[in-house]
Amino acid sequence: MTTGDILQVILFFVVIIAITPFLGNFMSRVFTGKRHIMMPALGWLEKLTYRFSGVNPEEESNWKEYAIGLLMFNLIGFVFVFLIQLFQAQLPMNPAVLPNVSWHSAFNTAVSFMTNTNWQGYAGETTLSFAVQMVGLTVQNFVSAATGMAVLLALIRGISRKTTDKLGNFWTDITRSILYVLIPLSIVLAILLVGQGVVQNFKGHETIGTLQGTQQIIPMGPAASQIAIKQLGSNGGGFFNANSAHPFENPTPFSNFLELLSILIIPAALTFTYGKLVGSTRQGWIIFSTMMILLIAGLSISLYSEYSGNPVFGHLPLMEGKETRFGITNSVLWSTVTTAVSSGSVNAMHASLSPLAGMVAMINIMLGEVVFGGVGAGLYGMVIFIILTVFIAGLMVGRTPEYLGKKIEAFEVKMAILSVLAPSFVILIFTAWASVSQAGLSGLNNSGPHGFSEMLYAYASAAGNNGSAFAGLNANTVFYNLTLGFGMLIGRFGVIIPVLAIAGNMAGKNITPGSSGTFRTDNWLFIGLLIAVILIVGGLTFFPALSFGPIIEHLLMKSGITF
Amino acid sequence: MKTLAISLKIFFFFTVLTGIIYPLFITGITQLAFPSKANGSLVYKDNKVVGSKLIGQQFDSACYFTSRPSAISFNPLPSGGSNYGLTNSKLKTIVSERRKQFIEFNQLDSLAEVPSEMIFASASGLDPHISPQAAFLQVDRIARARNFSSVQKQQLIRCVNDCKETRQFSLFGNERINVLLLNLGIDKIR
Repeated sequence: MTTGDILQVILFFVVIIAITPFLGNFMSRVFTGKRHIMMPALGWLEKLTYRFSGVNPEEESNWKEYAIGLLMFNLIGFVFVFLIQLFQAQLPMNPAVLPNVSWHSAFNTAVSFMTNTNWQGYAGETTLSFAVQMVGLTVQNFVSAATGMAVLLALIRGISRKTTDKLGNFWTDITRSILYVLIPLSIVLAILLVGQGVVQNFKGHETIGTLQGTQQIIPMGPAASQIAIKQLGSNGGGFFNANSAHPFENPTPFSNFLELLSILIIPAALTFTYGKLVGSTRQGWIIFSTMMILLIAGLSISLYSEYSGNPVFGHLPLMEGKETRFGITNSVLWSTVTTAVSSGSVNAMHASLSPLAGMVAMINIMLGEVVFGGVGAGLYGMVIFIILTVFIAGLMVGRTPEYLGKKIEAFEVKMAILSVLAPSFVILIFTAWASVSQAGLSGLNNSGPHGFSEMLYAYASAAGNNGSAFAGLNANTVFYNLTLGFGMLIGRFGVIIPVLAIAGNMAGKNITPGSSGTFRTDNWLFIGLLIAVILIVGGLTFFPALSFGPIIEHLLMKSGITF
Repeated sequence: MKTLAISLKIFFFFTVLTGIIYPLFITGITQLAFPSKANGSLVYKDNKVVGSKLIGQQFDSACYFTSRPSAISFNPLPSGGSNYGLTNSKLKTIVSERRKQFIEFNQLDSLAEVPSEMIFASASGLDPHISPQAAFLQVDRIARARNFSSVQKQQLIRCVNDCKETRQFSLFGNERINVLLLNLGIDKIR
């Protein structure tokens, strides 16, 4: 690593830390309906949304009504995206004349974008019309991120309110996050990105004669508008197949820096919003620090692994699957951040990362996408781990566990365990299924432990709603499209519903004021315990699977063995 | 029933807003502000489009600088990398073949150090850049193939130096050279 590399990494973290309180504070005002800077410009649009849709913004709902609204809204989004793919050839805005998508791929993609996963079994430039990319996928990029924030807000209300069953209004929560947070940031980012060279037009495939006199067909399209929200909303679904490694999607080192920042700013700032809304910014910074420690630990392992050389390639810089304009450091910084946050956009091919860097990417996902995690989703996942931590600490000291004045009882712990088990079940069981079935094994691009890693990564990515891949796996088959599709559904709603149930149950409880006997959740001891619980739960669940994949691959590579 | 009605209406509203108005708005602004970039940063030679500055091209003629290896042979439909893991024996074989080829093609010393990006395939398969070292290693071969005089060869070297892109704002990314722009540049040497 050069000094320049180190400076870029440091600058990235400095900017994130600097933005967090400002954006976090702004979002806390947005979500509580207070006056904020976007109100004069866009307040009318919020009112128009409610008037058009028949929403009464004053009306609040209990956890079940909140969940039903959320599920219904998501279901409609799924059906719409599914259908327009099946009929894209008959629909307008298809200048490249692409055919209709197969039913299983359309199912997978519709689930994938609805669940904020953005796993892509297809290649954007050769599969989807502009109509599907814009009216279908861009919309889901916005609303799935807003759904994540809404669940977080319901949980926050469950924690901070007392003796009520009301968790807020799902419609105002998504409307405010879309109008005041996601759209303004996306507009700014999209324009900056086009300034760097990202395309934004409605041309189809342009055929050009190259300098050497051959032909090259270059796909165009309204890319910048989709890329901006794909980065900001922890979605990660590329306009083009190579995602943010494609020069039209990420043309310069500066566009790379902007896109990388965009992955992390909202999940990072939400920790501050959380602190603000539960009445203690210190709690927010405690969570922020926990996530940051895990992120930097993962980054250090990845960088070490990429730069330490191996007997197969000696000390050659490992540029396979990486772009010259980014180099190794920016590629590895991205691979760590995009898997910690459940973004899944990539600027390098994760399959060609060194085994330990690939493993860090997998572990980031397997820990439950709580190292910042998806917009909203990461933080509500982290609160689940906090509940488990105070429960375990409570067992140790023999007191009823409490969190922010709320008693943590059997119901909360059961629901928390359920939401941890649901994605783990998908990862382990589905990977096992794929690795003993012909349908699963026929999709592999690598043999040996790396082939197993391709399957393990795929199901982790689906269950964690991440969306990145060891992309050699040919997953556009009936088997993978369906199993990964159901994996994404379980990973998304198998967490959301228990979280909403916890929120509903906690809202009904009274807040007991802290005493000298209360277990404190705002000090370094707690950070240490929380990290330990996250690593033990994640580590013990997945260690055996990881040892068949990246761990053994690393050891074999160190002895110079290839497959 | 009421929830269903709201769901449908609000979904329609956001589809129009974020799926139609938002992308059209971005298209409008950027087509006015950055028309060339929004349309793919196309480059011209004698008023004819010869490619995009951002999309790498295949160069196998001895008269041109070669680009990085591409898992998709620079056909952008669709883009992508090899996705080979480091323990894949195919990768090991192809890398040593590429190294040998680069050395033979450029008539270099058999122990010469070949820059890593010239033997490993890029992520997109469309990487438009190579490192300055990779360009300098090709200078002698191109001068020979084009029968350049020593004055012209000096111009060729100057061309490579002029094409160097430094770190953006002296900070971001790596030093690199755009192969298409460089090859357009050397076509002008008389």
